Amino acid sequence: MKILYFAWLRERLGRDFDVVSPPTSVTTIADLIDWLSGEDEGFALATTNRALIHAAIDDELVDHATPLGGATTVALFPPMTGG
Amino acid sequence: MGVTLQAQAFDPGALSNAFLERGAGAGAAVTFTGLVRSSPDDPITTMTLEHYPALARRQLENLRRDAMARFALLDAEIIHRFGTLRPGEPIVQVMTLAPHRQTAFDGANFIMDTLKTTAPFWKKEQRPGGESWVDARSSDDDAKARWD
Repeated sequence: MKILYFAWLRERLGRDFDVVSPPTSVTTIADLIDWLSGEDEGFALATTNRALIHAAIDDELVDHATPLGGATTVALFPPMTGG
Repeated sequence: MGVTLQAQAFDPGALSNAFLERGAGAGAAVTFTGLVRSSPDDPITTMTLEHYPALARRQLENLRRDAMARFALLDAEIIHRFGTLRPGEPIVQVMTLAPHRQTAFDGANFIMDTLKTTAPFWKKEQRPGGESWVDARSSDDDAKARWD
């Protein structure tokens, strides 16, 4: 599974993406954030305020409770500030 | 047409004129142009707009389709830039075409209010002393919520 990062989340992590193989117990976006936080202290620090982390699965906006299903790409990013 | 994402600058008037030429049968057209803001008290040198291309396109196409249906628009167009912009340059343009003015205004307003918090763009401002990400504003969430 590829995980894309954008904006200040990307900068705080110091990378655009990760390629990971989470265990089968990781079934939702919330689980994935928990698991990544356990794997990487920098990720845990950057995502302390979960309300600021938005997500997409395969280029579709989702919330933290959404099942990962057979996702090939997950994106994590801060609140959007376009327009 | 419909939705355009581009790094290049655009000419707001030329886009509006081209849009109006397709407006035979309409009674009202609204054009909104968003500009790079720079306060005289704390001026920026540039603004960088990061985006997530695939999701941005999908979100804006869905938004255009929703606005067309909800307000019975005859046409709608959204142009959004990314990359590095200077103060005063156009960032975004939304144009709507409708039989009457109210739905043309409402359609454009709905598109802008929804776009601000649901299209994956992130603004970063550069000043002589450094650069910083623009914070999301709760007033933008409120503006979106009034259409729910």
